[in-house]
Amino acid sequence: MVAPVAAPMFPLRIHDLRWHAGGRAVLDGFSLELDGEGITILLGPNGAGKSVFLRSVCGLLQPDAGHLDWGGGPRPAFGVTMVFQQPKMFRDSVQANVELALRPLGVAAAERRARAQAVLERVGLAHRAGDSARGLSGGERQRLALARAWITRPRLLLLDEPTASLDPSSVDAIERIVREIRTEGTRILMTTHNLGQAMRLADDVVFIDAGRVCEHAPVQRFFARPASAAARLYIQGELPWRMAF
Amino acid sequence: MNGLTYAFSEALGLLTGFDHRVAEIVLLSLQVSGLAVCLGTLVGLPLGACLGVGRFPGRQLWVVFLNGCMGLPSVVVGVLVYLVLSRSGPLGDLGLLYSPSAMVIAQTLLVVPLMAAIARQTVEDAWREYEEELTAMRFRWFDSVRVLLHDCRYSLMVAVLAGLGRAMSEVGAVMIVGGNIDHATRTMTTAIALETSKGDLPLAVALGLVLLAVILLLNGLAYGLRLWAMRRYA
Repeated sequence: MVAPVAAPMFPLRIHDLRWHAGGRAVLDGFSLELDGEGITILLGPNGAGKSVFLRSVCGLLQPDAGHLDWGGGPRPAFGVTMVFQQPKMFRDSVQANVELALRPLGVAAAERRARAQAVLERVGLAHRAGDSARGLSGGERQRLALARAWITRPRLLLLDEPTASLDPSSVDAIERIVREIRTEGTRILMTTHNLGQAMRLADDVVFIDAGRVCEHAPVQRFFARPASAAARLYIQGELPWRMAF
Repeated sequence: MNGLTYAFSEALGLLTGFDHRVAEIVLLSLQVSGLAVCLGTLVGLPLGACLGVGRFPGRQLWVVFLNGCMGLPSVVVGVLVYLVLSRSGPLGDLGLLYSPSAMVIAQTLLVVPLMAAIARQTVEDAWREYEEELTAMRFRWFDSVRVLLHDCRYSLMVAVLAGLGRAMSEVGAVMIVGGNIDHATRTMTTAIALETSKGDLPLAVALGLVLLAVILLLNGLAYGLRLWAMRRYA
């Protein structure tokens, strides 16, 4: 697979993002700077704003305030894509679902087919190319969603809890694919609640709480010596975020 | 033999004997309604899908207008088409009045709002499901419409069937713009109305049975196709 085309996208500087829903500040002065390599894992309790942040980076929602600076320029038209926690499959074959992602890029049909076959091979779904995408298991669906993102050769890939509710073997398969995508030069920003997974995959960790970044550190340092009290409690499994019913 | 039994036995005689009058009327009805539904599909489904996905000022008004047009009285459409195609009308020079073409135009105008309204609801529901995926893939809204029309293809058969049902069962508009001329513009519904008023019940019943059979057959085929699609695409 060919490496992604270079574009002025990094460093990605996120300045003071704010977004409110139902009178609550979901993003409350979220600032972060990302360079162009590696895997960054976003950690934080439910409702911290991780998914909303990914959606604002992807352009799926417009923050109330703040802005994103893409390597000194505006958001690039292509090169950023996202895989959701529960990806939606179109009523078509596995192959057609993957090929679909290339249509907005204006790729010719023959090349779409060839690239789809190649990427399906790499995610272990080539034998299911002709099957209905909606008939896949949860783990296979997630691999298909990754293939659909990978085929576009993104510069920045946003993954929103891609292994939630998956069995260990499916988690292992997803992690292997994520590492491969990273090896090809795609910058990855991923949320998870699985601390073991964060340690296995991350180059650096961003800890988020109450809609803002509490800590951004290399993975070893984050887990060995978390700087913020909130991160320390989160890693230790304490529950200061316990919900009142 | 009472009137009902007589009418049905004579009607069956006409059908099993492949009566040429019945065949001619059935064929013309299928041609007119089939063409109207084809045109309605080409116009109504994309129109409905665009309204389902597009976000523009006045969209809600268009949705209300479209839903309102679902119940458009066929005689009103017939009169409007008559005025446009009559000799003094803006398209009078085309000489289409009292021709099958005029009937196709009238039926198309009747089925487009119905098909578009059903397509709008179907595609809008699908858009809610896929909006984030399609936006993340950088589909522009018009390309999203194409993707969703393809994705909803089996559900949209309901819209096509509804259009076909409306076109085939409609009397008022085709009567006004077609004139119910024997061997020229007589369809099943107009013939049933005429023959019943003349007291020729066997022909009316025979045509009614054919009409019913055609609609049931098409619905059966569509149902079978939908079942297959549900199994195939989960």
